[in-house]
Amino acid sequence: MPELILEKPLAELLPVPSGALVEKQLKTEEMVLNMGPQHPSTHGVLRVELLTDGEVVSKATPYLGYLHRCFEKHAEALDYPMIIPYTDRMDYIASMNNDLAFCLAVEKLMKLEVPRRTEFMRVIVVELNRIASHLVAIGTYGLDIGAFTPLLFTFRDREHILSLLEWLCGARMLYNYIWVGGTSHDFPPKFKERVGEFVRYFKPKADEIYRLLTNNEIFIQRTRGIGVLPADVAINYGCSGPMLRGSGVKWDLRRDDPYSVYPELEFDVVVPTADECVIGDCLARHIVRAKEIYESLKIIEQCLDKMPEVENFDPQAAVPKRVKPPKGDVYGRAENPRGELGFYIISEGNTKPFRVKARSSCFVNLSTLPELAKGQLISDVVAIIGSIDIVLGEIDR
Amino acid sequence: MQPSIQPVWNKGLESFSESLTGNPVLGWVIASAFPLVFVALFALVAVYAERKISAFMQDRLGPMEVGKWGLLQTIADILKLIQKEDIVPKAADKFIFVIGPIIIFVSSFAAYAVLPFSSAFAGSSLNVGIFYAISITALEVVGILACGWGSNNKWALYGAVRAAAQIVSYEIPAGLAVLVGVMMAGTLDMQKIVMAQGGDAGILNFFVFQSPFAWLAFVIYFIASLAECNRAPFDLPEADSELVAGFFTEYGGMKFAFIFLAEYGNMFAVSVILSVLFLGGWQSPFPNVGGVMLHDWTSGPVWGIGWIMIKSLSFVFVQIWLRWTLPRLRVDQLMYLCWKVLTPFAFVAVLGTAVWELYFRQSSVSVLVCWIIGGLAVLFGFYKMFIAKGETPKSPKIIIAQR
Repeated sequence: MPELILEKPLAELLPVPSGALVEKQLKTEEMVLNMGPQHPSTHGVLRVELLTDGEVVSKATPYLGYLHRCFEKHAEALDYPMIIPYTDRMDYIASMNNDLAFCLAVEKLMKLEVPRRTEFMRVIVVELNRIASHLVAIGTYGLDIGAFTPLLFTFRDREHILSLLEWLCGARMLYNYIWVGGTSHDFPPKFKERVGEFVRYFKPKADEIYRLLTNNEIFIQRTRGIGVLPADVAINYGCSGPMLRGSGVKWDLRRDDPYSVYPELEFDVVVPTADECVIGDCLARHIVRAKEIYESLKIIEQCLDKMPEVENFDPQAAVPKRVKPPKGDVYGRAENPRGELGFYIISEGNTKPFRVKARSSCFVNLSTLPELAKGQLISDVVAIIGSIDIVLGEIDR
Repeated sequence: MQPSIQPVWNKGLESFSESLTGNPVLGWVIASAFPLVFVALFALVAVYAERKISAFMQDRLGPMEVGKWGLLQTIADILKLIQKEDIVPKAADKFIFVIGPIIIFVSSFAAYAVLPFSSAFAGSSLNVGIFYAISITALEVVGILACGWGSNNKWALYGAVRAAAQIVSYEIPAGLAVLVGVMMAGTLDMQKIVMAQGGDAGILNFFVFQSPFAWLAFVIYFIASLAECNRAPFDLPEADSELVAGFFTEYGGMKFAFIFLAEYGNMFAVSVILSVLFLGGWQSPFPNVGGVMLHDWTSGPVWGIGWIMIKSLSFVFVQIWLRWTLPRLRVDQLMYLCWKVLTPFAFVAVLGTAVWELYFRQSSVSVLVCWIIGGLAVLFGFYKMFIAKGETPKSPKIIIAQR
């Protein structure tokens, strides 16, 4: 039988049945929807390009760089102590934690011993800042879901923390408090009492968040089972912090790679349980943050008890006159509210680093967004971005 | 101490104003100007109230700068909106863009024509009043679609399409719930529906206490009316964290003010419809007990305005209260609630009312059953609010700011 030679495939040459023709003409198209950089729920200047079919998102691509400030290149031109204010501006919601991570790395490189009282002071301010950061995360997450009031409640309590830290070092957000080898100031008189007062005040207020937001039926409906990130995928992406713990992996650098005085302190690594959420969904990540607040309060209480009192303590005593690490390289990391923040520093033996590379937790966590957002509704994409809890200052650096 | 105005419910407002001015044409002008002024004033007060109530709920002060306690804040806002440049985006479809807010406002305002504010004060005593009110407010969808489409903005389009789907869907349970009230009164005339709820028994005569199915319809209509006004938790068309501002993303100045005004106008209109259908409208809630003619003393055209205002404004308060408490639903959950929860229950309410009206109405057993059900509901509410609520220790006072 001779073979038919056709210009087009047979199917296209055959007459189309009328029903199919109508269907073909009514075919819907996918629409590109640009979300951000000016959008209320992209938490800063994130831009996400959504490919949408109706309300369903078939592809989400994050575009970064709107807040890029050349931190890494800039750091090569600066003395080590001068870099600390720049690290403040990375994750500006939790500046103390950034300072600590950077100082830990430099101290590791210089093999510097820090006074015990300083260690406790650092842990207290870092945990206070962690609470403040989680409060912002929870409040803005409520806002993303459509509940306005939790935001105001969390910001009211965060205000107390900010005024404490302002009292301590004069700045409300960008502290430059933790220095290589010490801190800029000792605790003012009565500061410890005030922190203890705050802890007592805040415990019932943390329950309030539960009653208003976490246990709200609509909130649970909106977040439960949305954006599920299985544990193996989370590990493969390199997620850390509440993002990883939300997927059920018990991983906390404060426990697993301990630094400062954390080995002496008792606290739990919070992972969600299967009866309150689907492991790895948005609700799980929210619950991890909400519960970590209690753990931080526990840590602060213990630190207040254990902190040694020293007469005429000079927190700058151990600060080297010139920070000049020996030749070599180091990777120092710390558990930030958003995950592992690491600094890889190469030193040539000068007062300036040869290279500083920051390993940003938000950046890594955000890289899961295309996977999580696939096939979800637009409102769910908002919920997912909120649950990742990004700070663009750290992503773009 | 009643003013000597005869109840003229069957003639409408024109005769009321005619009796004031002695001139039918002037009466018509007054008749139409009254609600317009009222809506504007109500929006003024309601915006201030919403800000203050939300501030109270959120541990804030709210507006405090303009005038004593910020009382003049909304007036300042209006002045600002009036001064603003009237911008039409270059890519927008100008005609549709401009006409959108007008349709929205007119449709919400037109409902006021039939709302009975007192026995002597209803814009028009239309014999299909409630039907007219429901259908004219549904016209709002056209305006919202026009806004969304004419803006030539993808976010606005999403908001508009969401609004269309939402409002059209929620018309159904709302309409069925309204039908319950209509069946009980046997008329579509809103003024007559109110009159059917009068009597010596006062509050007992209100439809919501007359049949257990009226309770159901009352709740359904309230939820559905929230969705129809795009109020939280159903504010998806203007979901500020998802769609920037939804269908009015591109609007500013007076056009925005019109959309805003329409939203508040609509809030009040559905609250009035709710109180007319189920809570006796302008009827006094007090009963006549023996020689104490409390009901008669507190009834009359002027008293009526007071009663209906109290009833409607308390619903407006609940709307505000819910908005600042609840998160927002998702699109599919919204549709689920409408089609799979509210609509079946609304049908149950309609059928139940039909049976109730045939066999049980006005019998002493029925009143007893109603009161038992109502009492249980109230007890359950109290239990939920005061007893089942988790004990939260009070936070001690702190003075951190001290240096």
